[in-house]
Amino acid sequence: MRKVYMDYIATNPLHPDVLNAMMPYFKEHFANPLSIYEPAIKVREAIEDARAKVASLINAKPNEIIFTSSGAEANNFAIKGIALANQKKGRHIITSLIEHHSVLNTARFLEKSDFVVTYLHPDKHGIVDPDTVKKAITNETILVSIMLANPEIGTIEPIEEISKTLKDRGIIFHTDAVAATGNIPVDVKALGVDLLTMSAHLFYGPKGAGALYLKEGTRIIQLIYGGIQEGGRRAGTENIPAIVGMGKAAELAERELEARMNHLRPLRNRIIEFALNNIDKIHLTGHPEQRLPGHASFVVEYIEGESMLLLLANKGIYCASGSACTSKALKSSPVLHAIGIPDHVAQGSVVFTIGQETNEDDVDYFNKIFKDVIQRLREISPYARGWGDMEGKECTAKN
Amino acid sequence: MYSKKLMDHFENPRNVGEIPDADGIGTEGNPVCGDVMKIFIKVKDGRIKDAKFKTFGCGAAIAVSSMITEMAKGKTIEEALSITKESVADALDGLPPQKQHCSNLGADALHKAIEDYRKKHQGKGEG
Repeated sequence: MRKVYMDYIATNPLHPDVLNAMMPYFKEHFANPLSIYEPAIKVREAIEDARAKVASLINAKPNEIIFTSSGAEANNFAIKGIALANQKKGRHIITSLIEHHSVLNTARFLEKSDFVVTYLHPDKHGIVDPDTVKKAITNETILVSIMLANPEIGTIEPIEEISKTLKDRGIIFHTDAVAATGNIPVDVKALGVDLLTMSAHLFYGPKGAGALYLKEGTRIIQLIYGGIQEGGRRAGTENIPAIVGMGKAAELAERELEARMNHLRPLRNRIIEFALNNIDKIHLTGHPEQRLPGHASFVVEYIEGESMLLLLANKGIYCASGSACTSKALKSSPVLHAIGIPDHVAQGSVVFTIGQETNEDDVDYFNKIFKDVIQRLREISPYARGWGDMEGKECTAKN
Repeated sequence: MYSKKLMDHFENPRNVGEIPDADGIGTEGNPVCGDVMKIFIKVKDGRIKDAKFKTFGCGAAIAVSSMITEMAKGKTIEEALSITKESVADALDGLPPQKQHCSNLGADALHKAIEDYRKKHQGKGEG
């Protein structure tokens, strides 16, 4: 059976060159880079080489890159670290309702410590309007955190415009660029951000490797205390293979970025166009143009996401959904809710994300199966002829 | 996550459809939270002669609907009323804990269909 992996937003396979680059650091080059002997110096050099490559990918300086264990750690570090370093200036933070859990849950944690957080509503395409950011600013605002691209609906946020509205106000600007880095051009200077989060496994690097860009001269309080690793900003013996892998992945991403995007866009469009032209009552979620090149996300009316996922998986197609039944918490996606999709329609959420291994035959195979699966489930659905009166219905069940 | 038996009932659901002249119809659930099951029954001489369903929901919800219609067919009304959430889950070799509450609506939908049948046929000497 054909296997078509369409969940690149969950994680990417490791690039073979990345694996090759990592291998020696599991075996031969195992020394602790803090030591002073020759093998340790070699490892230290490997870290600095990786740092330079990651910096180059986002047009930063090497000393502005702090390696972390994940994007989630980098988001925690950025938000807690900036909030704590600036709490004497003010205690107000602005973010949006469609951020990753590692941003939202960190913001909620800070609310318990007497910080005040404004959660901005995006528009129906998931765009956070720079004007809404501007209007939310108070004299107390110290930090704004808005993601660069949303993993669930693919929308790319107007970070440059938002940073212009923050200019000369002394407000620090963080962007979670996990879904974007290595997939679209990311230039910290053009974006005008002070902090940026990235994660290697979303650009064919290893899991367990993330990084935070921290603009030179920006004060931050550590998240992890201990030794002097990462310039004293993040303690813990370095995960050398992961860092080396992230460096290699960054080098490849920088070199191949244009080609990668050109590979993805027509395939993504083929998915979106087929679905919208051949399937009834299906809606693209997120922005039609301002979206990640490999990202196609939909809500399919009258059926539910998990059952779609299972039937697609039976045909070797692996993808994601934001439906309540798919989530362990049994809550439908807050992102779909925030862009105004009614909860019963959000149940039919499906997210397809493709990558460099995806080809046109895969997409054509997928398109046919996707249509069949929808038809099959609609034959079972009591709503196949319409929702009836769903106006104002609320979920009263205690899950 | 799901048992083999459950996956079989999800992938090859039995008794999908509607009964146009059903003797009883029961609906349970809400698509805003998750699953909705609609069960149709045909009753003759106090026995469920036929049962069909339409379901909006996850794999577990569809499998539960398929299983409960299978279990209900051929049973007397009294026997069908003794089918519980637990017996349906057991017949499917278990449900994941988080699916017990929201997806296991089959027994409630069936009991509602029986209630509907009884209401319609009160004093008619049927059932």
